[in-house]
Amino acid sequence: MNILTLLVVIPILTIISILFTKDLKGARVVSAVGMGIQLVVAAVLLFMYLGARQTGNMHEMLFTADYTWFKSLNIHYSIGVDGIAVAMICLTAIVTFAGIFASWEMAYLSREFFVLLILLATAVYGFFISLDLFTMFLFYELALIPMYPLIGIWGSGPKEKSAMKLTLMLMAGSALIMVGIFGLYYNSAPNGGPLTFNIIEISKIIIPEKTQMFFFPFAFVGFGILGALFPFHTWSPDGHASAPTAVSMLHAGVLMKLGGYGCFRVAMFLMPQAANSMAWIFIILTSISVVYGAFGAIWQKDLKFINAYSSVSHCGLVIFALLMMNQTAMDGAILQMISHGLMTALFFALIGMIYGRTHTRNVTEMGGLMKVIPFLAVVYMIAGFASLGLPGLSGFVAEMTVFVGAFQHQDMFHRVVTVIACSSIVITAVYILRVVGMMLLGPIKDPHHEHLEDAKWYEKLSTVTLLVSVAAVGIAPLWLSEVISGSLKPIVDKLAAVIPF
Amino acid sequence: MTGYNYTILIPIIPLVMFLVTGLLGMKWKPIVSGLLGTVGMGSSWLLSIITAASYFFGGHHAEGFQTIIPFEMTWLRFTESLVIKMGVLLDPISVMMLVVITTVSFMVHLYSIGYMHGEKGFQRFFAFLSLFTFSMLGLVIATNIFQMYIFWELVGVSSFLLIGFYYQKPSAVAASKKAFIVTRFADLGFLVGILILSFVTKTFDFAQLTQPGTTIFGSAASMSFLGISAMTWAMTLIFIGGAGKSAMFPLHIWLPDAMEGPTPVSALIHAATMVVAGVYLVARMFPVIHFQAPAAQEIVGYVGGFTSLFAAVIAITQYDIKRVLAFSTLSQLGYMMLSLGVSGYGGEEGLGYMASMFHLFTHAMFKALLFLGAGSIIHAVHSNYMYDMGGLRKYMPITHITFLIACLTIAGVPFLSGFFSKDEILVAALHHNKLLFAIEFIVAGLTAFYMFRLYFSVFWGKDRHYHHTPHESPLVMTIPLMFLAFASIFAGYLPFTELVTSDKVGFESEMNYMVAIPSILIGFLGIAVAWILYKKESDIPAKLAKSWGILYTATYNKFYFDEIYLFVTRKIIFNYISRPIAWFDRHIVDGFMVGIGTVTEKASYKIKGMQSGQLQHYAFAFVAGALALALFMIYYLM
Amino acid sequence: MIQGIPLEHFLVVSTIMFFIGVCGFIIRRNLITMLMAVELILNSVNINFVVFNRYLYPDQLQGQFFSLFIVGIAAAEASVAIALIINIYRKLKNIEVENVSELKF
Repeated sequence: MNILTLLVVIPILTIISILFTKDLKGARVVSAVGMGIQLVVAAVLLFMYLGARQTGNMHEMLFTADYTWFKSLNIHYSIGVDGIAVAMICLTAIVTFAGIFASWEMAYLSREFFVLLILLATAVYGFFISLDLFTMFLFYELALIPMYPLIGIWGSGPKEKSAMKLTLMLMAGSALIMVGIFGLYYNSAPNGGPLTFNIIEISKIIIPEKTQMFFFPFAFVGFGILGALFPFHTWSPDGHASAPTAVSMLHAGVLMKLGGYGCFRVAMFLMPQAANSMAWIFIILTSISVVYGAFGAIWQKDLKFINAYSSVSHCGLVIFALLMMNQTAMDGAILQMISHGLMTALFFALIGMIYGRTHTRNVTEMGGLMKVIPFLAVVYMIAGFASLGLPGLSGFVAEMTVFVGAFQHQDMFHRVVTVIACSSIVITAVYILRVVGMMLLGPIKDPHHEHLEDAKWYEKLSTVTLLVSVAAVGIAPLWLSEVISGSLKPIVDKLAAVIPF
Repeated sequence: MTGYNYTILIPIIPLVMFLVTGLLGMKWKPIVSGLLGTVGMGSSWLLSIITAASYFFGGHHAEGFQTIIPFEMTWLRFTESLVIKMGVLLDPISVMMLVVITTVSFMVHLYSIGYMHGEKGFQRFFAFLSLFTFSMLGLVIATNIFQMYIFWELVGVSSFLLIGFYYQKPSAVAASKKAFIVTRFADLGFLVGILILSFVTKTFDFAQLTQPGTTIFGSAASMSFLGISAMTWAMTLIFIGGAGKSAMFPLHIWLPDAMEGPTPVSALIHAATMVVAGVYLVARMFPVIHFQAPAAQEIVGYVGGFTSLFAAVIAITQYDIKRVLAFSTLSQLGYMMLSLGVSGYGGEEGLGYMASMFHLFTHAMFKALLFLGAGSIIHAVHSNYMYDMGGLRKYMPITHITFLIACLTIAGVPFLSGFFSKDEILVAALHHNKLLFAIEFIVAGLTAFYMFRLYFSVFWGKDRHYHHTPHESPLVMTIPLMFLAFASIFAGYLPFTELVTSDKVGFESEMNYMVAIPSILIGFLGIAVAWILYKKESDIPAKLAKSWGILYTATYNKFYFDEIYLFVTRKIIFNYISRPIAWFDRHIVDGFMVGIGTVTEKASYKIKGMQSGQLQHYAFAFVAGALALALFMIYYLM
Repeated sequence: MIQGIPLEHFLVVSTIMFFIGVCGFIIRRNLITMLMAVELILNSVNINFVVFNRYLYPDQLQGQFFSLFIVGIAAAEASVAIALIINIYRKLKNIEVENVSELKF
């Protein structure tokens, strides 16, 4: 069986096995085993991919497979990966694995929780391996729906309201995406012949410019809503704040990357002329996102809100970089997707662990935790440094690639907005250090916090997995960036062919 | 040259020590971490000395010193030409810096074994010291500007961790945050400068950028933004980055607060190494600044000069030993920047450059000595404040003598190293810019004055009532003092003009008595005034302070810049920018989205009235609809 | 052709009957009266079928057969309706159509 299909089958088998377990212990062990196997498969895929590229296989997509699913509309289960997809799959595997361990103590309706969580992961894998727009959309929806029960049942705070808001806003995004996809479908055969949903085939034809200009905003904004494009990002603070830990980790870490990925794979790759003409609007929006999200984070008191606004800022940078449409900046965008995915998952995991101990997420109510829970505090600090772009951790690599790449643009406008986006390094430092200073350093604020237990083994496993990944990308980024740039080249070439540079 | 491959070990050893003491230090007795760190540092120090000896003194260098790159690897590739490499670059200034950093760090390590004895977090301290030294070493041997930037940031973080070492004290936490954020702000300038520079030249590499007669700046001539040339923008922004780390005005506000860290940290970071990173950066980029952006060079000179004067004036009124020394450092850094600002390139023209580097070297030695001595005093007296000290010469002879040597050196007393280096700066300034020369001349006098004010207040004057008799520090703390005193005396005799110059070719230089004699005189004048005011207890200083009135208060409060900083961050950024944005996001943007939901809900409520349950309403709708459709079909479709 | 009465006359009559029935259905409050209106509607349709059959296809009988169907179905429908009305009366003690409106929002 194709290794990519395996990526979807293993989670499904895990889900089925969970349904046979009886309680929390069974469910979590089965999930851990399943996701552990998935992690191994992802690693194997990575090595197979690197090996295939080494031997000179230069096809756009590797490990492809194709089964016709619905003949009359030409819908196929068509799968394949390139370097970018492989990197995203590895990201998902790591974050899901860490997420399982972060939910080790989920006692309420455990089996259902793990089933839904892994269903989320399944859908994400399916999305990344799909080459057929319809199947991709199917997996996208499948990733969206479980969010509602996950937040609404296992969340905290105004969970029903947040769940509703998140799901409805993201559904609105899907509606827009659907329009975009059908636009592409119905224009996929300008020379007669069958209409197709296949991405590679659509990328080979040229869709008339007027049609592109009409459908591009739909697809781009639709995916952008998931990718926290200003001003459609407001589902994110409430949604993440109310969601349970692993759900936040998975959503902010991985699902929001579906938005960025969709933006470039569907909207920009298939409609490059429109992307080029309309880029300036979205560049302005995303540069606002970057700075605005960061400033917004300074004032917040709830840890999860701070992290959510931070995600708005970092994810804004992803789309910003994509719109620069040159090789380096787009490399940076993918790197930022991976880096931010790992970092934000780590943050949410830590916040969940801290909340579980202090029962408050309000930064002003906590203080001096470094003395009490040193392991968690040190990891939090390192995560904070990653977020503000300290060299040696992944945030630096991604952000610098974006800035250098974006600045190389011929146009003064692009360079000016790049400088504006650069200012985020200072603003991020302000809010990160504010939290670290208030919460971890200083004297212990609340006498109840004097005797908290430090991280348990599963919490350590969860956080260390993510931390090691962040550090690995930060210390030795060359192999990853080479993998990504190799796969980006055909896309950039296609964009360059239609854009007067 | 015989392979310099071993030089990669110089930064690697401290890195390994950091990892070992950081991860495993808690498992062993504290002293193990201390010893590991010190031994590691000692090895790096030896390797640096060997490198320096073989680089400077092994072989002919009539045509100038070569830039040697024993190690380089690609770390991250941006485009075909823009690549971040990690490597080791050996040239006169980097080898000199290796010696400076490892020497001071080694002394500080040794000293800390005594100073930090018994403190909680002993292991953590040594781990961070090693981390810092690793970062600083990586910075100076960087082969390209991005590698330097990377280690620049790492130095910033190490400084954050060390300043905030006593993390349970709110003032320490605030100081470390302030240091990081102010330098981060400067780093933003540095980053944008790098972006502009790389856009123009398509390279990050120092060797390519500073090569004489290079053509990569060809495209720069036509580029400008808002009327200022691209290269001026680039170099000014890069200078801003350097100014942040070197605490030039107005980015100086973090340095005095950084004294919250333990004293050995102040000695290492805020006297000898991190703060000179900015000076080093300007020196490294000197050919580019000098030839491509002379306007930027002028800015460097003036900022240096102003900082120098500003800090010296404030230092006169401070009571906290460490703050006096901190402002003194600022002042001396101003000297170094100024010297670079007035320098030419090549041979005698490059006197300013050579003098700056020379002063960096000597200053590192005597400033570290001053701080470590201060630490010794604070350790004995358990207070930082001058009014809690007096007559200490009787109790702490070694500290006394070494401290005196350092004070004499900084005051520019002849035959000590400070005299030689400061003198060269004055000569360079005289030849280029009379105003700057005048400023530095006055500062020389002020320097002597405030240093000896400090010296006399602490070691002479009446005995205070001490809780327990202060005693001399243990040997492990006094040996570094003695070593550094030795260095302070004899470093002046190193033939710097032959070793470290702007174009790497040595030149001869002679003592300029026209400058030397007045500078010696003004130094003695400063010492004399301090003698009169402070050697014995008297109320003349207090009366003088009163008579200066507002000027005195303003100076004492450091001209209120800290208050301005707090105002800007708390009120403006927090209250007037961040809070409205958060409000806007919550109520307007989010309000809009929720509003869509509310509108839908209300519309739905209205529409559901149509489902009235009344049979006749349905029948009516049915018939009316059918009728409308029929009419439509008859009249429009047929 | 019934002594020269044109087709349209019959159609006018049936249309008027139809709309009287619709009117009655919509306006009346009593369920039984509404039922009578429904009968009117059905009868008007019957007239239409018969007349079209006679005038347009005189040699075929489908229309007239259909009107027999309608009569039969009308009868069945009326009995079901009466049964419903009786049950409604038992519950509500009156047969105003306004009161049978529970299937609403």
